Amino acid sequence: MRKVAIYGKGGIGKSTTTQNTVAGLSEMGKRVMVVGCDPKADSTRLLLGGLAQRSVLDTLRSEGEDIELADVRSPGFSNTLCVESGGPEPGVGCAGRGIITSINLLEQLGAYDASESLDYVFYDVLGDVVCGGFAMPIREGKAKEVYIVASGEMMAMYAANNICKGVRKFADAGGVRLGGIICNSRNVDNEHGLIDHFARKLGTQMIYFVPRDNDVQRAEIKRKTVIDWAPDCPQADHYRNLAKAIDGNDMFVIPQPMHTDELEGLLLEHGVLG
Amino acid sequence: MTLEPVPAPPPDVDGPPGGSTAAGSVAAGLAVERVAEPAAPEGFDLEAALAAAAASDLSAPAEPLPLPASARRDGPALNGLIDRMVEVYPPKVARKRRRQLRVNDPESPPEIAANTRTVPGIITQRGCCYAGCKGVVLGPIPDIVHIVHGPIGCSYYSWMTRRNQVRPGPGVANYLPYCFSTDMTEDEIIFGGEKKLAEAIREAHELLHPRAIAVFSTCPVGLIGDDVHAVARKMRKELGINVFGFSCEGYKGVSQSAGHHIANNGLFQHVVGTEEPDLPAVTTPFRINVLGEYNIGGDAFEIERVLTRCGIEVVATFSGNTNYTEIATSHTANLNVVMCHRSINYLAEMMETSYGIPWIKVNFLGAGSMAKSLRKIARYFGDADLTARVEVVIADELSQISAEKDEIRARCEGKTAMLYVGGSRAHHYQELFRDLGMPTISAGYEFAHRDDYEGREVLGDIRIDADSRNIEEIEVHPDPLNYRRRRSGAELAELAEGGLRTKDYDGMMREMPAESLIVDDISHRELEVLIEELRPDVVCSGIKDRYVIEKMGVPSKQLHNYDYGGPYAGFRGAITFYREIDRLVNAEVWRFVKPPWDGEPLASALDTTA
Repeated sequence: MRKVAIYGKGGIGKSTTTQNTVAGLSEMGKRVMVVGCDPKADSTRLLLGGLAQRSVLDTLRSEGEDIELADVRSPGFSNTLCVESGGPEPGVGCAGRGIITSINLLEQLGAYDASESLDYVFYDVLGDVVCGGFAMPIREGKAKEVYIVASGEMMAMYAANNICKGVRKFADAGGVRLGGIICNSRNVDNEHGLIDHFARKLGTQMIYFVPRDNDVQRAEIKRKTVIDWAPDCPQADHYRNLAKAIDGNDMFVIPQPMHTDELEGLLLEHGVLG
Repeated sequence: MTLEPVPAPPPDVDGPPGGSTAAGSVAAGLAVERVAEPAAPEGFDLEAALAAAAASDLSAPAEPLPLPASARRDGPALNGLIDRMVEVYPPKVARKRRRQLRVNDPESPPEIAANTRTVPGIITQRGCCYAGCKGVVLGPIPDIVHIVHGPIGCSYYSWMTRRNQVRPGPGVANYLPYCFSTDMTEDEIIFGGEKKLAEAIREAHELLHPRAIAVFSTCPVGLIGDDVHAVARKMRKELGINVFGFSCEGYKGVSQSAGHHIANNGLFQHVVGTEEPDLPAVTTPFRINVLGEYNIGGDAFEIERVLTRCGIEVVATFSGNTNYTEIATSHTANLNVVMCHRSINYLAEMMETSYGIPWIKVNFLGAGSMAKSLRKIARYFGDADLTARVEVVIADELSQISAEKDEIRARCEGKTAMLYVGGSRAHHYQELFRDLGMPTISAGYEFAHRDDYEGREVLGDIRIDADSRNIEEIEVHPDPLNYRRRRSGAELAELAEGGLRTKDYDGMMREMPAESLIVDDISHRELEVLIEELRPDVVCSGIKDRYVIEKMGVPSKQLHNYDYGGPYAGFRGAITFYREIDRLVNAEVWRFVKPPWDGEPLASALDTTA
């Protein structure tokens, strides 16, 4: 079983990219579980067709310890398995601690057992690595490979660089490695070259360049992944390609995060700040 | 000198009964009810005692006892000793620790680093902010339900089991044997604990109907951002009783000292001055608050006994053997006497600004010091009858203990003591040893600040660091209704001139021998070196050091909880302490501490060269 965590700046398209990629992997016959690690609990709505998923933490609160896997895990598009960690309302409590609790519970319930025959588990993690709790999937070996969703925008790259610092920090203890940067294009000038260079500077690769296409939004409005909504459109093939690239990936590195001035230099070089 | 007359309450305001409790008018109008007249011992010359008392400078530091030869070291030897104490540390840590180690000069106290962070890895005696707020200052008040908002362990280990004693008066509830906690678990950490806190407050109210409920924040409360003050406000409205919270998360500040400050602020804002006393019960102008006395081992009982004999009424004690009403009406006292300067000076200052009550530093530990403190109170009130009565009580009390004291002193004189405890205790108990002729050869506090060592004159020079900024400073103004200046500036100046300075504390260093060693926030390592080098006859400290000391063949006396003995304050307490010290320093048992394997190893590693 491959354990994958998807990180990236807030709003960059982590959940959309994750679910579309998972749809692609599933179509290839892989058995995949997605664990949403965002208190908003909206990481699996495209796979579930908008179905409101009961989060692990809400279930834990109402049912106590007496929970079955089926209470918190729902089948989604093409035999995927969907879990939402959930968490407190904004400004209350500790969402990071919630993620730790819910992953522990999933383990206790046997969600990762060999009998589940999982090929992949994907963790879709909130925003940046903001505190210890959000780094949970990459600590203690919960996730072994990390993909960072980025675009050619400065702040997205800045966040990606920060996440690399987190990956590096836990590389020894948890054994986590960076598998690559997924460029979710925002149509920034020279974006392909920039992210490719950026990835190489970090010691990794741009594993795929997902072009911007409004079909993604159209599918989202229908609460579907692109592969589900329009299997024959070009964007569906891009996600299939990304799924294949991840499935065939064999480049796992401890990243070399950059200093801020180095990062800015890179942007200058590619004419973004010019 | 007389107390200022009471102004009539403003005509447009319903004058609270407290407005007319001023000492002058009450003294004129009411017969002073007193306990049985104390009788002086035979041969007591009152005139001579009064003359001596009137001539004495009560604010002058006591002359330090000289260091005995066994503890005296010349300059190079002292420096060598300090070098040894810090030699195991990395250079940066050693530099920091050196700033907290000082060779004393009572004439001109050296600047010492205090109230700074303990370096991780050093085994310190310190506690946390929550311990200082809940455990020390608020916890002893018996009729407040103290709810700890946090995990259950934080509650259990702050439970007022045996340390602080109380004799609740008639009609006063005593919740000290209970332990209240919100029992915060993972669920509240993730989703926030405010609802559970509100439920806990409601439940406590329904079960016990207390006068007031206080809420104490433990570390996780600050991390997840529960607003205990908002919950307290809401519940105050809902239940119609006083509910107030403390942001005393354990990680705040560098020691429990931060918690004392937070507790002072909370008591001042939410309790002091919120009720008016029952006027017919006020029978004397000599009404004082005892600040910083926590009734460990029953000290407050003995202090109150002696004060009552003198005709001095205790309105409230902060916070041993007291109750909610006493604290709420404490703004009507005419003088604040401060025992533990470190933990309570904030309240003394705020009450002076807000209500016009001056404060003086006292020390009720040690028979000599107790007598001096009583004379300070008498001098402040300036009443001839009170002054004479105080002299008679002092003579009577001393006559009851002096023979036994002299007998014990003969066995103890010249032996030496070390004290590393508290934020004022390491200073106070030196007076008990002084009574026995035992010099304190080294001392230091766990959590005091520079002023407790060097005196309040350094207050303006103390650098406010980030840790202290973490603690709210509240702005205090004269209370529009209850401010009543008990003494004018001229009167206070006159008192100071005559040898009684108010608002003053000279610190520990001025009363300690020249070239004694002052050690702030001592570590086990440093303590070991000091004991090895200076071989004291007794070390006063707390449970964390006790066995370190005893394993070195030196008796240890805990001054946090008195080893469940005491009281040690006042006159009868003093004699109890003398007996205890006699028992410790003259016990033969300590020479048997040396274990059989100390000289000759009982086993050794295999010799691989053979």
